[in-house]
Amino acid sequence: MSGGALFLAVFLACAVEAVEATTIVLAAGTARDWRSALYGVFAALVTLAVLIGALGPALSAVPLHALRLLVGGLLLVFGLQWLRKAILRASGYKALHDEEQIYAEELAAAEAVPRERRGAVTDWYAFTLAFKGCVLEGLEVVFIALTFGANDHNLPLAALAAGAAVVVVALAGIAVRAPLARVPENSMKFVVGVMLTAFGTFWGAEGAGAHWPGSDAALPVVVGGVAVFAIALVAALRRSRMASRSTPELLVSS
Amino acid sequence: MIGRLRQFCAFWYDFVIGDDWRVAVGVVVALGATYGLHRASVPAWWVVPAAVVVLLPYSLWRASRSR
Repeated sequence: MSGGALFLAVFLACAVEAVEATTIVLAAGTARDWRSALYGVFAALVTLAVLIGALGPALSAVPLHALRLLVGGLLLVFGLQWLRKAILRASGYKALHDEEQIYAEELAAAEAVPRERRGAVTDWYAFTLAFKGCVLEGLEVVFIALTFGANDHNLPLAALAAGAAVVVVALAGIAVRAPLARVPENSMKFVVGVMLTAFGTFWGAEGAGAHWPGSDAALPVVVGGVAVFAIALVAALRRSRMASRSTPELLVSS
Repeated sequence: MIGRLRQFCAFWYDFVIGDDWRVAVGVVVALGATYGLHRASVPAWWVVPAAVVVLLPYSLWRASRSR
């Protein structure tokens, strides 16, 4: 895989997760206490750094075929989950991910809880809300960056892409002090779902011993094939949804 | 303690497997079949893409039916 494709795949996936974490931290800081929320972010970053420090070298030590089988399989399961949700959203079967609505819900929930001090943290709820949000979304960032980086023997570039995504999104969040609702998150999730599925397909099959026709040149074909297939599924589901909605009307009019 | 362990397992199940366990099982079966065909010296690159072509519409069909 070229460095550009690796960077783009990891950057997009991590940016999507960072947007979601930013929404949660903004809600914790705005409704409760900024200092406690930022302590929560810091604690989450330390937790994730420890995880990367433990898993990074371990993944690098695994033989390439075994790594590609394990990671390819996981990426494929993960990618199909993303793609499934993205297709359901794009076809209208699932509500679109709306950062403004999520922000409003988090804000209302945060305002309803009484304040509790624990040690240096003046607002424990703000701390745990920010911590949980960052760790949970960050785990996906770590998983994607580590698997892509280890598979392509380029962990530094994957880490750079993940870090760049987090910094760009965090700066945007600080600048607007509002949920990043203008980020085309649903479209980005669709693209990331396609990429995870395609890379998982390619690496998983290679790890299980298969040889792709054309070797690495097959990867862009797989990416394109998955994209076209996913778009076709969106169109088919939209048609089926429209048909199921119009059926009762037709019955009434007839 | 058991409650926390259950929560921990539920988190990892949701993180890795997600909404449809059949997809995860299908992926494992497809990778196993790829390995089996490779060991039998039969070209096996097509198995995983074929699994995607079957699993994704099947999972979407189930999800759209239940909504």
